[in-house]
Amino acid sequence: MPVISSHKDPEALTLTLVAEFAAPVERVWRVWEDPRQLERWWGPPTWPATFEQHDFKVGGRSRYYMTGPDGEKAGGWWEIRAVDAPNRLEFTDGFADDSGKPNPDMPTTRCVVTLEAAGNGTRMTTVSHFTSAEELERLIEMGMEEGMKQAAGQIDALLTETTV
Amino acid sequence: MPRPLTYNHVVVDQLSDDEVDRIFHGLADATRRDIVTRVLRQEQSVSSLARGYDMSFAAVQKHVAVLERAALVSKQRRGREQVVHANPEMLRKATRLLEQYEQIWRHRVQAIDDLLSEDGEKGTEKCQ
Repeated sequence: MPVISSHKDPEALTLTLVAEFAAPVERVWRVWEDPRQLERWWGPPTWPATFEQHDFKVGGRSRYYMTGPDGEKAGGWWEIRAVDAPNRLEFTDGFADDSGKPNPDMPTTRCVVTLEAAGNGTRMTTVSHFTSAEELERLIEMGMEEGMKQAAGQIDALLTETTV
Repeated sequence: MPRPLTYNHVVVDQLSDDEVDRIFHGLADATRRDIVTRVLRQEQSVSSLARGYDMSFAAVQKHVAVLERAALVSKQRRGREQVVHANPEMLRKATRLLEQYEQIWRHRVQAIDDLLSEDGEKGTEKCQ
């Protein structure tokens, strides 16, 4: 199992996840850098992501949408804040409207990704920062709509796992 | 198996196993998830819901009944119509319970791992 630990810090409003992969750092970096690889894992299983833009440099923007089971689309965007290939990536992730324009009324999450060599593989640490408790609360509340769609995909997988 | 453990651990805190089973069963089907999403936006009669799907009225009614048992939606009779609306309280609980962000990341990690493992097995069929 690639996930080795996770830590939720309610005071710092962060979620940290540590995972290890049996592949070199440069290879794992490419799953972030290459939009065709990125879209194979960014969206939940039932909401695959399509990256229409992926400008992988500091200040660059990404634009994507996720397609639901009935063809419904949910838009998102990234703004790249730091790139230090192949070890560190920092970006802001937010919601976009139907035309792909960032929705300023929706909360954003800042994500810091660190890749480092570990044994024969790579340790990946992702830290998600939420802006405020209210925003985090809101993101969770949005589980009622946006998040629910995403969570639905996780449920399928959980069910599959627990019946295996 | 960290994921089911996490899931069980979370479950214990907030809802009974039966409730969780019903919620997960309720949401395990794409049509039912879609019904929940639709009635979250606006309450709807069973017949108007049924018009949105390529299945019989009875089949849609059955899906609604599953969601009702999970307390994810409630149904009220209004005249000849049965109006379905979402139960935000239960949805909120369910959503928290899922610890959505952590699960999303766990899935992403798994998907990355799957993607990376393809490198070594190009051209071979993957056994499940």
